[in-house]
Amino acid sequence: MIRERHLNALVLLLLFAVPLWAFFNDAPFTITLATRAVIFALAAVGLNIALGLGGLVSFGHAVFFGIGGYSMGILAHHAQTYTPLMEAPFLIEGTKSMPVIWLVAMVTSAFAALLIGLLSLRTAGVYFIMITLAFGQMFYFFSISWAAYGGEDGLSVYVRNGFPGVNTLVPINFFAICFVILCLVVLLNTLIAKSPFGLALSAARQVPQRVQTVGLDPTRLKLVAFVISGVITGLAGALFADLNRFVSPTMFSWQMSGEIMIFIILGGVARLCGPIIGAVTFVMLEHFLGGLSEYWHIYLGVLLLIIVLFARGGLVGLITGREVAHD
Amino acid sequence: MTDPILATHDLQKSFGALKATDGVSIDLLPGEIHAVIGPNGAGKSTLIAQICGGLMPDAGRIDLLGQNVTHTNTRKRAKAGIGRTFQISALAMEDTVLQNVLLGALGASGSPWRFFRPILSDTTLRDKATEALTRVGLQDYAATLTSELSHGQRRQLEVAVALTLKPKAFVMDEPMAGLGAEGSKLLTGFLDALRSEAPILLVEHDMDAVFALADRISVLVYGKIIETGTVDQIRSSQAVREAYLGEGA
Repeated sequence: MIRERHLNALVLLLLFAVPLWAFFNDAPFTITLATRAVIFALAAVGLNIALGLGGLVSFGHAVFFGIGGYSMGILAHHAQTYTPLMEAPFLIEGTKSMPVIWLVAMVTSAFAALLIGLLSLRTAGVYFIMITLAFGQMFYFFSISWAAYGGEDGLSVYVRNGFPGVNTLVPINFFAICFVILCLVVLLNTLIAKSPFGLALSAARQVPQRVQTVGLDPTRLKLVAFVISGVITGLAGALFADLNRFVSPTMFSWQMSGEIMIFIILGGVARLCGPIIGAVTFVMLEHFLGGLSEYWHIYLGVLLLIIVLFARGGLVGLITGREVAHD
Repeated sequence: MTDPILATHDLQKSFGALKATDGVSIDLLPGEIHAVIGPNGAGKSTLIAQICGGLMPDAGRIDLLGQNVTHTNTRKRAKAGIGRTFQISALAMEDTVLQNVLLGALGASGSPWRFFRPILSDTTLRDKATEALTRVGLQDYAATLTSELSHGQRRQLEVAVALTLKPKAFVMDEPMAGLGAEGSKLLTGFLDALRSEAPILLVEHDMDAVFALADRISVLVYGKIIETGTVDQIRSSQAVREAYLGEGA
């Protein structure tokens, strides 16, 4: 059996090496696939902070993915049409700058996560799942009805947004940006898991009554985790919209929330690189099986069944031989 | 007269028609072990839950160090100085023994909002946790997963977590439950020494431990305190014999 930290290093190395190989062999589509996997992984690493560390089974994380996407779409739309986003009480213009878009995506996602978390964390278990799903559906139908930004048809952005000093139109460059962000977020996840906050959050998931009796507030700990999680997933949404140069209500859909959760379950809940392995597996299945049949989700379902029934630690657990994540 | 560290005044709690706590007034003096005994269903756990903030009483008052804490939550009472152990171990089983005790030390420090520095590199917290583990004799198990501990060791760990809080009063709910004779003897000796640090309100079924430890005993039956006194007074109380020990008059 391979040690988990070695597996994590190998996964990140392969994720970097394959697009690099594709770059030198003139295979831009492979780079796009890898970028898609990296962005999905980023969204899932975000959810894994809430789900894996905090035990919050959020079935509405597409809200943050969509908010990130629409942050990009709206800002870029106003920039490309030379129309201000808002004129009164003060002027806000659109932008094609990725860092500014990311900042907006993260702040709006944080705000949404705070509001949703404040309400959702009054419940637990299946009620928490349902209330987060309900929020997801609210955002989904709101985006469909939002005619100013394309409604059901979504919004197209003609040229990918810019990053200072980097030509983002070159696929490998955009991949590199996404990959660096993923690595930074994985590092953040590692630090959080080992920090005082991570310890308290883990205990809040396992024994909330104990956390209270040592003078800490488990709900507040979970709320902060939910907000951090939402911010990361929101950032992933902004990158996803930039990858496709398109944003639509699909980003808010419950299927999207489900897919982010599937990445984690496939790879391994609470595993550092579980979401990455899950996202890569998903994208590969989508590409290879999707080429054989449009009903490729049937095979995904079978794989998910096998994982849930026989490999509770996900693919990481299967490879490392440890069902429960605890380092 | 010495002021009590912890006191309840005419505490009342009902669940529908059932009076689980019926006018309970008990106090805990500095340096003492005050045991609460009673048959199953007497309302001991309900009383503990009210004292620790898990349940709000319908009426009555709870004072900690002279401050009314009746309407404060569990978290605030812990900060005010109540150190609790649970009847059924409430420990993070996926975490190591050291991590469980670090949680207590972290709670006492009041600052969990640190995200980037590993908790194990915080020597202040680590020293506190290690000291607590050493005191209960679990220092060699620091890196062991809590789920791998024996039942008795989990009870010891419960006490270690409470120790890190440096509480003003311990509230212990059946700490001897499930311990063998040897484990019970060890923990009895430990609690005996602990009373000098903070008084202990002890709910316990192990009568040998109660009679060995308690300065005072209150007998709770159907939500009411029927007798409070020293071990000898309780042993010789006719009311206790009738209601609790099941002996005829």
